[in-house]
Amino acid sequence: MNMDWTPGQAAGNDEVVIAHGGGGEQTRRLIAEHVLPKLGNALLAPLMDSAVLTVAAGRIAFTTDSFVVQPLVFPGGDIGRLAVCGTVNDLAVMGAVPQALSLALVLEEGLPFRMLDQVVDSIAAAAREAGVVVATGDTKVIERHRGDGMIITTAGIGVMREGMELSPRRIEPGDRVIVTGRIADHGLAVMSAREGLAFETELLSDVAPLGGLVEAICRAGADLKFMRDPTRGGLAGVVADLADDTGLSIELDEAAIPLSRAARHTAELLGLDPLSIANEGKVVAVAPAADADRLIDACRSHPLGREAAVIGRFTEAQPALVELITRSGGRRVVQRPYGEELPRIC
Amino acid sequence: MVQNKTEILIKQIEETAGQLGDVQLMEICGTHTVSLFRTGVKSLLPANVHLISGPGCPVCVTSQGYIDAACELAGRPGMTICTYGDMVRVPGRVGSLEHLRARGAQVVVVYSPRDAVRYAASHPDREVVFLGVGFETTAPATAAAVLEAQREGLKNFSVLTAHKLVMPAMLAMLATGEMRVNGFLCPGHVSIVTGSEVYRPIVQVYARPCVVAGFEPEQLLRGILQLLRQLTQGRAEVENVYGVAVTPDGNPSAQRILEQVFEPADAVWRAMGTIPLSGLELRAAWSDFDARRRFGVIFGKDYDPPGCRCGEVIQGKTQPIECPLFARTCTPATPVGPCMVSSEGTCAAWYKYGRSGTDRAMFHNAGGSRR
Repeated sequence: MNMDWTPGQAAGNDEVVIAHGGGGEQTRRLIAEHVLPKLGNALLAPLMDSAVLTVAAGRIAFTTDSFVVQPLVFPGGDIGRLAVCGTVNDLAVMGAVPQALSLALVLEEGLPFRMLDQVVDSIAAAAREAGVVVATGDTKVIERHRGDGMIITTAGIGVMREGMELSPRRIEPGDRVIVTGRIADHGLAVMSAREGLAFETELLSDVAPLGGLVEAICRAGADLKFMRDPTRGGLAGVVADLADDTGLSIELDEAAIPLSRAARHTAELLGLDPLSIANEGKVVAVAPAADADRLIDACRSHPLGREAAVIGRFTEAQPALVELITRSGGRRVVQRPYGEELPRIC
Repeated sequence: MVQNKTEILIKQIEETAGQLGDVQLMEICGTHTVSLFRTGVKSLLPANVHLISGPGCPVCVTSQGYIDAACELAGRPGMTICTYGDMVRVPGRVGSLEHLRARGAQVVVVYSPRDAVRYAASHPDREVVFLGVGFETTAPATAAAVLEAQREGLKNFSVLTAHKLVMPAMLAMLATGEMRVNGFLCPGHVSIVTGSEVYRPIVQVYARPCVVAGFEPEQLLRGILQLLRQLTQGRAEVENVYGVAVTPDGNPSAQRILEQVFEPADAVWRAMGTIPLSGLELRAAWSDFDARRRFGVIFGKDYDPPGCRCGEVIQGKTQPIECPLFARTCTPATPVGPCMVSSEGTCAAWYKYGRSGTDRAMFHNAGGSRR
């Protein structure tokens, strides 16, 4: 590459410029130099208008998600890993085996190429880990100050497993709520790196593809009734939805909910409820009490589920609410958070 | 192990409370309010022990005139408002900072005023104004930020101060003679700075017991137990069960820095009016960092939004459930007053953590608009 400065060219050597989104030579170069070498596969490489996939006959799960995390790189992950895992996990918790992703990159003018490279490397690594291909993609560039460096949208398809019937409607009083590991790490880790909020913490985001863990759960031989990954809104959001959807109450046991000391203290310091903080590598599952042990064993057989625990049960109490039995033996209601959780004053 | 300790404390509280009639205890601090709910301690107390929230939620006691002034400032060109998260959603006359941000104003949530100083240093093209809100807990950090900004020669950093002092407000409330409170659970965080001796006038002049406590369940229970014991024994003393962190005289270096940067001034409290020497203003030597003087900010009149009873709630005169708006028109998604906005607000805590039994019915009766 010519590193000598020549007008109109030099800027494009180390950062994204508007021309990279023009669909011409610069766009082609951007993709050829920064995307294909890392993500290249037989489906993507021809750069046709659509990818053509062959999938097993049956039902297909299809989902999409956009990622706007700030900062782009945070302790334990980055926007690239998040963009792959977020979509893959939405497929997995529906009972599907993730197959392929689309990848739309919206880049802000001025984004350093080394940041783009880091993120694309991370996308490639996460896709390998998740066992999916990036089958099709798109790149656009927007003017400076119109986007926070980079916005990523991924869509994904997965093949549904046979014989799975996941629906809150099947949940009955007595059924158990299970979470596959420590909560709140992701949200707190991202917050710790955010401009204006930076603080020192040992916490790392839990962002990880959940296909393997879900596979283990599905093979446990339990009558699995429901799965969801507790991302935005945290565990509180998922259980509040479950109470609404089933018309049943849920009793959670605070002492049983896996939570690291560091996360507990950080949340305390910020005045946040760990139950409302986002996770990117956990599953909440519901199964009959008789199957709970089997399900826990299956989770613990997988590296991402070592700390899985039964954290609560459904009851008939009305009106339908989620109640937390606290460590001190008291009770309180758990609700879906309002929106963005904000640190308090003192 | 912890379970046992709390169980013992609860038993002792039940025994002591059994010797008393209805008891009203005020937790002054918003963090106490939230902790009492979040840890479930409130649900463990005997029926005759009533906890009433006091004027200790920093956002809630901030006058509406200040909120409006902050919003007006946020709308000016070239201005960046740095603030604690709690302030962002408080509704003003023309919407909240959250709404203004959506319309293009620059509002940055920070965790500490030093972060605002750093923001100012890295954004020299912006006028950065930090909203200095809170009690003795946060005021030293604001003072430190002003000193840091001066050391670094920053010309684009200033503070719009509404810092308040807990004791003058407590004494003003007691002086009205309308307070039906038997004892005070005093705030751990504030006391770290002020020291526990600051509560002396409450026990001496008004003969109400004061106990300083921390925020863990065991601390909360121990504090309540000691208050009940004082009441059964007819004592009114300052006690401190948070000796790990709180000393009688407080933190001298925090006090020094407060003294260096701020001076006591009359301050407007929501619904309580002007309380003499209950606020902190920047001393004249630091006027360059005073957003009020620098940008000619005028604080308008204080008012409660129509129908809102936050003013009574923060004085412990009304429980959230007695407000006709609570959980009906006023919810965390559509807050009418600050007590529903702040994570430390009494109404928000009631709404968010309200326990089973009566509260279940309360939510049910409130029209089921909780979704």
